[in-house]
Amino acid sequence: MTMAEMTEANGSEEQLPGNAGLGVTKMPGPKQTANGGSAVAVAGQHIELGQTIGDFRCENPYIVAENVNVHYGDNHAIKNVTLEISKQEVIALIGPSGCGKSTFLRCLNRMNDTIESARITGKITLGGQDIYGKDLDPVALRARVGMVFQKPNPFPKSIYDNVAYGPRIHGLATDRAELDDIVHTSLERAGLLKEVKDRLEEPGTGLSGGQQQRLCIARTIAVNPEVILMDEPCSALDPIATARIEDLMDELSQDYAIVIVTHSMQQAARVSKRVAYFHLGLLVEVDETDRIFTNPQHKLTEDYITGRIG
Amino acid sequence: MQSTTLILILAAMSVVAFYAGRRRSVALVGGPRQGSVLHSLPGYYGYFTAIWLLLPALGVLLLWLFLEPTVIVALVVRGLPETYQSLSAGELNLFVNNVQNLAAGDAISGESDAVLSDAAARFLAYTATSRRLLATLALGLGGLGGTIAWRRIRPDLRARNRVEQIILLGLIAASSIAIFTTIGIVLSVLFEAIRFFQKVPVTEFLFGLNWSPQTAIRADQVGSSGSFGAVPLFTGTLLITGIAMFVAVPVGLMTAIFLAEYSSQRIRDVAKPLLEVLAGIPTVVYGFFAALTVAPWVRRAGESFGFDVASESALAAGLVMGIMIIPLVSSLADDAINAVPVAMRDGALGLGSTRSETMTRVILPAALPGIVGGILLAVSRAIGETMIVVMAAGLAANLTANPFAAVTTVTVQIVTLLVGDQEFDSAKTLAAFALGLMLFVVTLCLNVVGLHVVRKYREQYD
Ligand SMILES: Nc1ncnc2c1ncn2[C@@H]1O[C@H](COP(=O)(O)OP(=O)(O)OP(=O)(O)O)[C@@H](O)[C@H]1O
Ligand SMILES: [Mg+2]
Repeated sequence: MTMAEMTEANGSEEQLPGNAGLGVTKMPGPKQTANGGSAVAVAGQHIELGQTIGDFRCENPYIVAENVNVHYGDNHAIKNVTLEISKQEVIALIGPSGCGKSTFLRCLNRMNDTIESARITGKITLGGQDIYGKDLDPVALRARVGMVFQKPNPFPKSIYDNVAYGPRIHGLATDRAELDDIVHTSLERAGLLKEVKDRLEEPGTGLSGGQQQRLCIARTIAVNPEVILMDEPCSALDPIATARIEDLMDELSQDYAIVIVTHSMQQAARVSKRVAYFHLGLLVEVDETDRIFTNPQHKLTEDYITGRIG
Repeated sequence: MQSTTLILILAAMSVVAFYAGRRRSVALVGGPRQGSVLHSLPGYYGYFTAIWLLLPALGVLLLWLFLEPTVIVALVVRGLPETYQSLSAGELNLFVNNVQNLAAGDAISGESDAVLSDAAARFLAYTATSRRLLATLALGLGGLGGTIAWRRIRPDLRARNRVEQIILLGLIAASSIAIFTTIGIVLSVLFEAIRFFQKVPVTEFLFGLNWSPQTAIRADQVGSSGSFGAVPLFTGTLLITGIAMFVAVPVGLMTAIFLAEYSSQRIRDVAKPLLEVLAGIPTVVYGFFAALTVAPWVRRAGESFGFDVASESALAAGLVMGIMIIPLVSSLADDAINAVPVAMRDGALGLGSTRSETMTRVILPAALPGIVGGILLAVSRAIGETMIVVMAAGLAANLTANPFAAVTTVTVQIVTLLVGDQEFDSAKTLAAFALGLMLFVVTLCLNVVGLHVVRKYREQYD
């Protein structure tokens, strides 16, 4: 998309009727751009919703999603979303329940392939490589794009085996010593080693919720991914465990691109560099975290972060 | 009055009682608008009245019908001439039978005489009186109960609680029927088995290697005093069960894995009902399939490889039994696999496992206890299976591990011991109960362990 097109799209947006009355603060220039989507009318909101406001592109993009659409049967869950994510950032996806955050996240490591009714169109590239391309093996992709789930889901195996699982199936260690090493560094980086180093042979399911979630993070980083996707990783945890995971994210963001789905505005504000607001399958607004929270451009974003919807 | 008529009248009365009770409750508080003053909904007062009408009446009816025959027979016998009073129990029994038959207008054995017809007439008279008394008593008690209940209706009467209590008692009674029946069966088998062990030592039964239950019926008959070593039967059962599980476990497990993890919804929709059809085939059909199709085929196949195959081989019976059990194994394994949380599967896939790695390294280990439990249940089913082995496994109690030989099983022997004319206190017949007891104990243990494992495993993820 050229600059000219973007300005043009931007221009057309400004002419929309009813837009002005909705408290949308306009920012001049290419800050405000269109995502080239179809127009979808939301009840009571006469806004052209197919367009994303803000910086959905970034410098040095690593993950590029272009015009991604996801259908579950007849349900159009993701509508023409375009978003770029760079390797050195934490980006938070927020939005009301059912708006498609998890669905979008699962597109990035092709976990939606396991859902029979899901159909995905558009293009997603990871480091320039089309992840839905014919020659790409989704299994190999998932080793590069790790995922941490909402509910801690350690395998019913020992703590050691949980972390060693990934390296074992991918053959990352040639001998036991190397495997030990990977397990220890992964647990260390997940901030769990101190608590579990004497009980590595005990079942991972015996840990507390917060420890289990850190175990799952350790398990994910043990395969040395490039990107970590986190789907509400703290929603089942207490504030202290949450704080530990957030610290962890901070550290991990040095080496990994992290995409996190969260329902907590505070968490998004604390951990992320950019925030993307989804609404009913549309990517409404993307911007620097500070700007989104202090000065949202779109009425829907503002309503959401001030607690009026969601 | 016929008891059916009586019951119909009681039913009609209880309907009346229901409406009367409901009316009264509403009337007491001054019309339906004041309904909220009542402790319970008006309908409960109706049920309350009807129940108290029915309970005493039905109670008396049941008790009466239960005792009536004994009492009437005793009365009839008391009125007989002296000579009859001193008859032996068996003869008296025959006579009473004749009296009843004559009274009912059925054929009697022997000639009818004055005493007999007189007794029959008195029998009829007693019966008629008894019925009249019963009708009066039941209707009277019912009416009384209903009236008392009706009069006791007050706005603060906790009719709902009373009614629900009685319903609860009914539920408990219904559920205890199954339990008491089971206990009864177990006890009867146990007592008969004890009688058997008085004739044949337990050690011989449990450890004897020779099974030939032919006992002499007459004292001068040659030969067999019978030997009751059950070991060949148990090894035979074990052999056939083993063959069956050898077929059913891998096939059932792979079916379950395919259906749960790999097949598309369309295939699942077709395959699952088909498996249920397989589970629904009567075992007798499997039996003749085994005897007429599989056994000759096994024999021919074996002979072409140079084996000596009996026409009723353990292999044929075991194979067919295995096929019969496939649906059981596959559905239990399917349940176990599906009980593994999706999160587990997602976690494995999210780490970059292939589907087969996910299956073998995460899902199967997690589902293993459930699968093992299911297999134990299948084994207990195989051990208790009768029809297939009766038709296909033969009767020779060979102590062998050769699948091509004919063997016999515990269930087959129980059937042959009890089929046909038997003396009911010979060691031969009683042996069936001892075998039954053993079988019961073994399958009970397997079921308890199996269910325990399955349940324990379920708890793990709840
Ligand atoms: N497996 C599925 N099959 C069919 N439809 C699905 C499936 N998963 C999600 N959907 C639908 O897709 C839409 C988006 O769901 P998604 O789970 O992505 O929402 P979400 O933003 O993650 O919500 P939440 O915040 O509640 O987790 C919803 O309408 C949902 O009903
Ligand atoms: Mg979600």
